[in-house]
Amino acid sequence: MSEATISPLPTSARAGVLTYLAISALVFVLMMALGVLMRVGQADWLWMPPDIFYQVMTAHGAGMVGISGLAGSAVMWYFLRRYVDLTVGILWTNLALFLLGVVLILGGIFVGGFAGGWTFLFPLPSHGMGAWGNVGAACYLLGLMSIGVGFLLLYLDAARAIISRFGSLAKGLGWPHLFGRGEGEPPPPTVVASTMVLIINTAGITAGAVVLVLILVNLFVPTFAVDPLLTKNLIYFFGHVFINATIYQAVIAVYEILPTYTKRPWPSSRVFLAAWTASTIMVMSVYPHHLLMDFVMPTWALIIGQVVSYLSGIPILIVTAYNALTNVYRSGMRWDIVSGLLFLSIFGWGVGIVPAIIDGTIAVNNVMHNTMWVPGHVHTYLIVGLVAMLFGFMYHVAGQNGATKTIDKVAFWVYAAAGMAFSFMFLLSGYASVPRRFAEHLPEWVEYSASSSVFGALVLLAAVVFAVRFLTSLKTARTT
Amino acid sequence: MIQGTIFLVTIVLMAVVVGVFVFIAINAGKESVDYGPVQAKAFGIRTGLFWVIVVAGVLITVITTLDLPYAATRGDVAEGAVKVQVDGRQWLWTLSQDSATADDTVVFEVTAGDVNHGLGVYDPNMRLLGQTQAMPGYVNSLQLTLREPGTYKLLCLEYCGTAHHAMMSNFEVTAHPDHASATITQGRDGA
Repeated sequence: MSEATISPLPTSARAGVLTYLAISALVFVLMMALGVLMRVGQADWLWMPPDIFYQVMTAHGAGMVGISGLAGSAVMWYFLRRYVDLTVGILWTNLALFLLGVVLILGGIFVGGFAGGWTFLFPLPSHGMGAWGNVGAACYLLGLMSIGVGFLLLYLDAARAIISRFGSLAKGLGWPHLFGRGEGEPPPPTVVASTMVLIINTAGITAGAVVLVLILVNLFVPTFAVDPLLTKNLIYFFGHVFINATIYQAVIAVYEILPTYTKRPWPSSRVFLAAWTASTIMVMSVYPHHLLMDFVMPTWALIIGQVVSYLSGIPILIVTAYNALTNVYRSGMRWDIVSGLLFLSIFGWGVGIVPAIIDGTIAVNNVMHNTMWVPGHVHTYLIVGLVAMLFGFMYHVAGQNGATKTIDKVAFWVYAAAGMAFSFMFLLSGYASVPRRFAEHLPEWVEYSASSSVFGALVLLAAVVFAVRFLTSLKTARTT
Repeated sequence: MIQGTIFLVTIVLMAVVVGVFVFIAINAGKESVDYGPVQAKAFGIRTGLFWVIVVAGVLITVITTLDLPYAATRGDVAEGAVKVQVDGRQWLWTLSQDSATADDTVVFEVTAGDVNHGLGVYDPNMRLLGQTQAMPGYVNSLQLTLREPGTYKLLCLEYCGTAHHAMMSNFEVTAHPDHASATITQGRDGA
C-alpha cells in the first residue's frame, strides 16, 4: 500500500501505538539491564543472593516475553488497520490489562518473592520452600492471566475485522488462492501474517489460561490434583506459541517497510501463502521439542517434535529470509538505520534458528537441553532478530528514515556485533555443558560469563541509544 | 565427544548464513537492476535448495532416530545393566547406590518427590553425557555406559527453586578389575 493511499491514524489510535512502543522501548532496556545483571552475577563480579538472582531471572523472562508480545502486537495493529477496521478501544483495553498484569507480576516477584521462572512449571509455584508463598505465586499467575486476557481480546478483534473484510480466516490466509483459483488479488502479506498470528495465539493463550486456572486452584486447594506432565504440555504449548508469535507479528514491519526502500513489490505469492499456512500448523505442532527429555512422552510425539523442528526452518529460511534477500539484492536501496535494523533482524532470525533446529534433534537435545545452548539460540534470534526488527520499526514510526545520525550508526554496529558475540558466548557455554538457570557458576564456567557480561553491557548501551532516539522523536512521529 | 560435532556443524551452517547475508548486503546498494530476472534466477536456485534441504532432512532424521534414548523407559534395558533408583527433591538427589564399575551400563530410574527436576550426568571432565527429566508421578529411565573411572557429577538441569544450582551429587565409577590388572601387567612388561 502506497503512503499516499493510507488514511491518517485517528488521534487516539496514534497515541495508542506510540504508547505501546514507548513502554516497549523502556522495558526492553530495563529487561536487558536485568539480563546483564544476571551475567555479572554469574561472572562473580557482583554477589547476588540466589533468591534475588532467581527473582531477577523470573522478571527477565516474563518481562522479555511479555514486552515482545506488546511491541509485536503494536507492529501488527499499526499495519493491519490499513486493511481492516480495528477497534481502537480494544487497543487501549489490552494496554490497560497488560499494565495491570505487569503490576501483579512485579508485585508477585519483588514483594511476594516469587521466583518460579517465567515458565512456572507445576508444581513449583506451590513449593517456594520459604522463598515465596501462595500469595506471591498467585499474584504472578493472575498477572499472566490479565495479560493473556488483554491479548486475547486484541486477537479476537483482529479476527472479527479480518472476517468482516475478507469473509473468513481461511480467506485471510489466502487459501482460495493457495488451493484453487481465488478471485482477484490474494490478501496482502500483513493480513496473511496477522491471520496466522491470531489463530495460533488464540489457541496458545487459551491453553495458557486453562493451565493458569488449574495451578491457581491447586495453590489454594491442594487436594485438587493436577498432572505435572499435562501441565508441562500446556505450558510449553502456550509459551512456545506466544514467543514465536512475537516475531511473526514483528516481521510485518519488514514486509511493509523494506519494499519502500527497494522499490520492489513483496506480494502474497503462492509460495508465500503456502509458507504461512505451513507455519500456522508447525508453530502449534512443534512444541514437543521442548519435551524431548521427558522420556515418558509418546515416542511418536517426540519424533514429531524433531521432524517439525526441521520443517519449520523451511518457511523462515527459504521463504521469508530468502524473499527478503531477493528483494534487496541489486535494488539500489539506501542504507539507513531503519533499513539496516530490518535487514539485520532477518539475518538474526535466519542465523539464530540454525542452533535451534540442531537442538531439536533428540540426540543433540540429550546433551544440550537446559544448558546454555538454549539461551544461545534464543538470544540470537531475539536480540539480533526480533528486537532489532522492533527498534527498526520504532525508528520508522518516529520518522527517522533517511535521518540517520552518527550515533545511530555507531549504536547499530555495536548492537549487531555485541549482540552476536553475547549470544555466541551462550552457545560456547552450551558446548562446554554449562547449565542454564544457575545462580552460581563453578570456577571453570566463570570466564564465559565474564566476557558475556562485557558484550551484554555493550548491547544494553546500544539499546539505550535506540530507545532514547525513539523517545525523543515522538513529537515528529508519523501520522499515518 | 558429541558436543564437538554439534558445535562444528552449527558454526559451519551459521557461517554459511553469515556469508550469504554479507554478500547480499554488499550488493544491495549497488546500481539497481531489473527485478524480473533477479527473481527468476533466485527462485530457480530456491527450488534446488528446497530439495537439498528436504533430502538432507529426511536422511538426518532417519539416521538420528535409529538410536533414541527412550529404550530403557520402554522396558528395553541392556543385559546386565546396573539399575540405580534416583529420587529428586528440593534440593538433593537420593540414590539407591552411588557407584558403579567402569564400562558398566547404568540405568538411572529417575523420579521426583516434589517438583520437576532434571538429572544431568556429567563425566569426570564435567562434560554432559546425558539427561532426563525427573517428575513427580513418573519414572524416566536414562541408560548410559560409563566408560571412564572417576567421580561423575549428577546436576539438576531443570530449574527447581532457589537452591537449584546447589543440587549436585557424586557418582563414583571405579576402574574395572580386569582393566586394572591389565594396566598393571602392561606396566610390569614395560618395566
